[in-house]
Amino acid sequence: MIFVELFLTFFLIGMFTIGGGYAMLSLIQNEVVSVHGWITDAMFTDIVAISQMTPGPIGINSATYIGYEVLSQQGASEFMCVLGSFTATFAVVLPSFIIVLMLCKVYEKWKDHYLFKGIMSGLKPATLGLIGTAALSLATPENFIDWKSFVICILAFIALYFKKVGPFGIIGLGALVGLLVY
Amino acid sequence: MVSLWKIFWIFAKIGAFTIGGGIPMIVAIKKELVERKWLNDEDFVDIITLAQTAPGLFAVNIAILTGHRLRGTKGSVTATVASCLPPFLIILLVAMFFTSFKDNEYVIKAFKGIRPVVVALIGIPMIDMLKATKMRWWSWIIVISSMLLVCFLSVSPIYILICVIVMAAFVSWYNNRKEAEK
Repeated sequence: MIFVELFLTFFLIGMFTIGGGYAMLSLIQNEVVSVHGWITDAMFTDIVAISQMTPGPIGINSATYIGYEVLSQQGASEFMCVLGSFTATFAVVLPSFIIVLMLCKVYEKWKDHYLFKGIMSGLKPATLGLIGTAALSLATPENFIDWKSFVICILAFIALYFKKVGPFGIIGLGALVGLLVY
Repeated sequence: MVSLWKIFWIFAKIGAFTIGGGIPMIVAIKKELVERKWLNDEDFVDIITLAQTAPGLFAVNIAILTGHRLRGTKGSVTATVASCLPPFLIILLVAMFFTSFKDNEYVIKAFKGIRPVVVALIGIPMIDMLKATKMRWWSWIIVISSMLLVCFLSVSPIYILICVIVMAAFVSWYNNRKEAEK
């Protein structure tokens, strides 16, 4: 059943989100697009763009949106779509809720332990790799339709790198450029 | 004692107005909680560190931990629900609205421009984190090999994280034992 699958998928995503929302994106993409085929790469990219423009953590926003979209793709009623949203959001938060509350209690005792420190130093670069993966795996033919897409991507990168525009502004500019050149 | 309503209200406000993830949220929380003397500076630093270490979303982890510090498990649940609720409702509205506009000619054009921008937007936090992390030779191996494995061999990020945890635990155990022998 789709709700159980949604719950389990997002529970797993929530449990293995280490290093925040951006690292989570490659997990979500892998599960939702590659493994389950619930939505397409282009749709996923649109959802990421919308999640970045709306307030709230990107992980919550994209889980809510994908939960809605998965049901909507299957022709479910509006109410079922909302239920899908709720399922995905609840499932993605639940594991960290449990783990963080438990960590609260043992953190003081464990934070200087060599095993804990060692694991953290290994996880940091893995997180970096996963963020890079999220960016790379969105560079698909669906998202990069012609040479103009590459120019847009590079210009956006430069503008962001030198902090000339914020995430909200750059998505707005992207939309404007899209309207003008396509 | 801080009332649950107050906790709910403050985290709902933070959830509704945080655009761009965890870092702006730190500023908002500091303003709302530390300046009201609900948390002292030391609590605040502990919460930030723990929120970054634990799995899950940074912003949600902060809500879980702050709620716990203020009112125990009840406070945790209240703060978490409150910080997820506004983004959840906003995304639901957008999802309902966007589904009916998805096939509009101008929307399609705009998103052709937005998609390459999203790739750049995800690439930036990776660069920022690379600069902030002390990279050793093995950190680079982890970064590059995790990217290659996920992108080209479609290995699930979950397996990569499990492998890294096991390897890092083993290496630090081994190093620790070697030092103990000296």
